[in-house]
Amino acid sequence: MSFGPFLLLAVLEGTVMAAVLALTSVGLSLVFGVMRVVNVAHGEFYMLGAILAWFVTYYLPFPPALAWVAALIIAPLVVAAIAALADTFVLKRLNYAPEATIVATIGLLYMVQQAALTIYGPDARPVAAPFEWRIQLPWFGYSGYKLFVVGAAGVILAAVWLFMTRSTAGLVMRATQIDRDTAQCFGINVDRVYAGTFALGAALAAAAAVLIVPIQQAHYLMGHDPLLLSFIVVIIGGLGSIRGTLVAALVIGLSDGIISMFFSPTLAKIIATLLVALVLVFRPQGLFGARA
Amino acid sequence: MTESVKVWSLHLGVLALVFAAQYVLPPYHATNLARIMVLAVFAMGYNIAFGYTGLLSLGHALFFAAGFYGMGLPIGLLDWAPVPALILGLIAGGVLAGLVGVLALRTAGVSFMIVTLMFAQAGYLTLLYLNTWTGGDEGFVVDRAARVIAGNDLSLDGTRFVAAFGLFAAAMVGCLWLVRSPFGRVMVAMRENEERSRMLGYDPFRIKLIALVLSGIYAGAAGAAYGLLFGYVGASFATIQYSILPMLYVLLGGAGTVLGPFLGAVLMFYLVDITSGYTDAYLFVVGAALVGLVLFAPRGILGNLRERFAPWLP
Repeated sequence: MSFGPFLLLAVLEGTVMAAVLALTSVGLSLVFGVMRVVNVAHGEFYMLGAILAWFVTYYLPFPPALAWVAALIIAPLVVAAIAALADTFVLKRLNYAPEATIVATIGLLYMVQQAALTIYGPDARPVAAPFEWRIQLPWFGYSGYKLFVVGAAGVILAAVWLFMTRSTAGLVMRATQIDRDTAQCFGINVDRVYAGTFALGAALAAAAAVLIVPIQQAHYLMGHDPLLLSFIVVIIGGLGSIRGTLVAALVIGLSDGIISMFFSPTLAKIIATLLVALVLVFRPQGLFGARA
Repeated sequence: MTESVKVWSLHLGVLALVFAAQYVLPPYHATNLARIMVLAVFAMGYNIAFGYTGLLSLGHALFFAAGFYGMGLPIGLLDWAPVPALILGLIAGGVLAGLVGVLALRTAGVSFMIVTLMFAQAGYLTLLYLNTWTGGDEGFVVDRAARVIAGNDLSLDGTRFVAAFGLFAAAMVGCLWLVRSPFGRVMVAMRENEERSRMLGYDPFRIKLIALVLSGIYAGAAGAAYGLLFGYVGASFATIQYSILPMLYVLLGGAGTVLGPFLGAVLMFYLVDITSGYTDAYLFVVGAALVGLVLFAPRGILGNLRERFAPWLP
């Protein structure tokens, strides 16, 4: 394959990566933006989404397409419920103190991961794609499902955007983000907003995982990479800024896809992590974010 | 009894008890105790940064691993003798902590945690990337011949215990002396109120950097000793787990207490050891302990004890 088509393939792979990354990172960014909580267990919510998708598609006697759609609805809901419980029973009791919540979410990470290993086992298992359809380009064939992932992620992100900017619930969330105490004075149930935000963030990660699981297999350690990458995206995009997060997800997803195809993936990760550390030190508002 | 006499007799008493334990404990537990003592030195270093100075780092695995490789690479590649290699490991921990500190200490709180985490992650990935020399994931074994200091073979149980105890005792006495010195008080002042300390004329950046370097030296010494005593160097010691472990020990035993890291290390080590007899889900125990501690006992065992009964406990 000559250079041009090879680059096209790298860009396509990068776009798929960016779409899924955008979903995961917006979840993390929402939680940080509204609650000022750095959720280290975010990758485990992603992993739970993928594993639940496997359970749903394996045990429901539906044809693959229907089973997958069921997974796309059930998995995020279950993960959101787990997240809401974690918020009520752990994070709320810590008064959302930043350092204590990080330690607590590290604890949650270990517990969820171990629970997944015990219940689901150490194997990686595939989930059938809802449809098989290949697009034949002049140089190579490309999976139509991967392009569908990009579209679906776009639709979900647009829905989140509309929810945040047009709905009352979104308005309440933004009000809580700007000033928690004043919001409470206006009769907003801040506890419920926080639980809802944490659940929504987790649900987005789970949805991203259901989208990706027909391409990658479900595995109990699969949360590590998305966690690291979404951290990178959220920080480079500017902590708590959704728009910055989207731009950064696109940039990081594309460049990660392209760099890993031409260079060593480990080297790409080393550069990315160092970049994040330096951005936080020298430009804490992020490269794209207007404000912290 | 003056306070100073009380404090020193308590700590020297604990040291004497730990030393005597080798004659009482069966070999399995004596080896465990040697391992715990080395890990406790690592945790004491973490405690200097976190417990006393208020620097919550998520990147101490980097300094721990610097000790391993600072010791292991010169022995493996250049045939160094163990003592200079050990010293190089200790220095490597301090130097890396200084480098990370110069950058990371420009941030605070959550940003500091993430910056240290990212540097540690970059360090771990670099170890994997340079696997020609570091052995990557598999690591390498430190030659038994290179583990003999002045005729004492460190791979034997007895000598290993004494060597681990020597490091542990030096680290504990050093830590006790540090936190009771004027500089130690300034470290606590940084934790309690940085702005007020600045107003009193202290330079927070300098104080915190020195504390972090001291902490890195402890971590490096522990890493170098661990590699030398147990004969193995590997990139797994640079993973995030080894940044969490000292934090867990310190939180359990009591942050900002000299004996806390050791107490936490003993309890956590045996908690994991005993539960893994019943179930292989030991990570669940670690996770539950972390969540339980921050929820119900953020001051840890000795922190609570100090608050209720013994306000003189350093």
